[in-house]
Amino acid sequence: MHIVVCMKQVPDSAQIRVHPVTNTIMRQGVPTIINPYDLFAIEEALRLRDTFGGEVTVLTMGPPSAEDSLRKALSFGVDRAVLLTDRFFAGADTLATTYALATALRKIGAEFGPPDIVFTGKQTIDGDTAQVGPGVAKRLGLIQLTYVSRINSVDTDKRLIEVERRAEGGVQQLQSRLPCLITILEGVNEIRVGSLMDALKAARATLIKWSAQDAGVEDITKCGLRGSPTIVKKVFAPQPRAQKAELIELGDNPGDALIDALFQRQPKLEGELEKLARGY
Amino acid sequence: MSSYSELNAEQEAICEMARDFGRDRLAPFALDWDREHVFPIDALRDAAALGMAAINVREASGGAGLTRFDGVLIFEALAMGCPTIAAYLSIHNMCAGLIDAFGSDRQIDKWLPKLATMEILSSYCLTESGSGSDAAALRTHATYSGDHYVLNGAKQFISGAGAGGDNHLYLVMARTGESGPKGISAFIVEGGTPGLSFGALERKMGWNAQPTRAVIFDDCRVPAENLIGREGEGFKIAMKALDGGRLNIGACSLGGAQSAFDHTLRYMNSRKAFGRALDEFQALQFRLADMATQLEVSRTFLWRAAAALDAKSPGATTLCAMAKRVVTDACFAVANEALQLHGGYGYLSEYGIEKIVRDLRVHQILEGTNEIMRVIIVRSLLK
Repeated sequence: MHIVVCMKQVPDSAQIRVHPVTNTIMRQGVPTIINPYDLFAIEEALRLRDTFGGEVTVLTMGPPSAEDSLRKALSFGVDRAVLLTDRFFAGADTLATTYALATALRKIGAEFGPPDIVFTGKQTIDGDTAQVGPGVAKRLGLIQLTYVSRINSVDTDKRLIEVERRAEGGVQQLQSRLPCLITILEGVNEIRVGSLMDALKAARATLIKWSAQDAGVEDITKCGLRGSPTIVKKVFAPQPRAQKAELIELGDNPGDALIDALFQRQPKLEGELEKLARGY
Repeated sequence: MSSYSELNAEQEAICEMARDFGRDRLAPFALDWDREHVFPIDALRDAAALGMAAINVREASGGAGLTRFDGVLIFEALAMGCPTIAAYLSIHNMCAGLIDAFGSDRQIDKWLPKLATMEILSSYCLTESGSGSDAAALRTHATYSGDHYVLNGAKQFISGAGAGGDNHLYLVMARTGESGPKGISAFIVEGGTPGLSFGALERKMGWNAQPTRAVIFDDCRVPAENLIGREGEGFKIAMKALDGGRLNIGACSLGGAQSAFDHTLRYMNSRKAFGRALDEFQALQFRLADMATQLEVSRTFLWRAAAALDAKSPGATTLCAMAKRVVTDACFAVANEALQLHGGYGYLSEYGIEKIVRDLRVHQILEGTNEIMRVIIVRSLLK
């Protein structure tokens, strides 16, 4: 089984400070991390590989410094890392990003075998669009399974996969043919700590670095800023929410007291939950 | 611990991996383990699964095949999560390393794979109630009888003793010949061997997340094939293993002290007195500067001694003794200072600082007291 995970290096939002006077984001010295949602995708890919055999490739588009995140992914036990880096890719919106990633995925397929599953996190913590996964799927003609909360089974002979997808108001059970693209939800697993040997292997590994030309990009005007129709009109800090936290006395029977308190404050909730429960 | 530009990419990667493990798998539970006196064997086996139970054991024997230098990086990083658990791992690594270095092929094949996964735990048994610093005066004796040795006597202050049940190895130094160091041999005693028993759990100041007890041998019959090396080599073997063990214990002190210092920096930035944050008072700033310097002195000395041991330099034993002495003293002082700078909160268990102070105190005593380190150092000067 060949599984490719598309991941992104992002600023660690927990350590970003907003300048108190200008309200702009202070990027200097902010460490970068693997987009936390992508970690669930990486772990899920590694688990499938550990069960069914095969290889996991991670792919990212970014500046040369994105190498750090790729090595981190290798230290979890990922088999191969591809860095798509070129000044032509800079300033890409989601449309241009999906073009570049789809191109690189075709090349990965040609060089290392066609992927059976392409994973992405459900979204990134910097862009928050959740568009790149579906966009890549569309460009490659892959069936897309978004917001997947669980992989129930994979049948490698019949080339079928069954997943649970969290949709509004419920959970869908979906079956799909392979290959497919899955965007995975947070909290479905916990990323492993790689072993000492994996850490060493990651440090020693040679990354695969592709420029636009190496990756086989045919139309450079579809890349980076030039290929990005999105225009940022305005950046602003939203007003802080006005709601306040509340301290609730729970007494001797905290479970019941908490539920009562919740229902009091959200009068419709009890009816909705009842309706849901009846559905099961 | 920041990242050190002096390290190469591989060493950085090792540090980061061990630091992640300490932060995620040890630190969140360390206070509970200490309070409840829990020895977290599952967490140890998790560490082992990542290669940290046989760090210096050769790859051919099932270990990670890393250097002593790598080892001190790892133990510092782990001890930032919990010095007690890191220290037990250090002892286990010493036992695994001892078998790899001095054991027969048969002993290596039989035991090391299981020691590397910590399916089998291990304990190092040298000290006795009547002989600590004067280890060569030990009185536990082993009498050869057919294809067995019969052990009688007792070992004191044994870390981890009894925890693994039958899945536990005791590396026991026992007298097979004349008095003094040349009459001592090293044995592997398996948990569950008839005649092997344990004293009551010791109540102690720190290191509460690992059991300490006496190990008692009462006509304990050990197969002759469990002799490590030859008769009479036990003391030499025991001392050789301690060189690396001392570095690792030093690294455990360093990680604990570094963690206490990091907490202190954050605390002093947030705590206000007389209208200012504590870290704005110059008198306190100078103390932070001294603590940071002591941490780097410790780190620098550990790295130097580890490099000497890796290079098999003739001065390595002396440097290891110096490092153990300097680092465990300096880091205890730093942790104690961190407690002082936390004021009353430092004395409360909840803040985790007093635990580090309690844990680090014993590092000045074990693996050879810091007084014995001075004996080793001066012996190398005056011979």
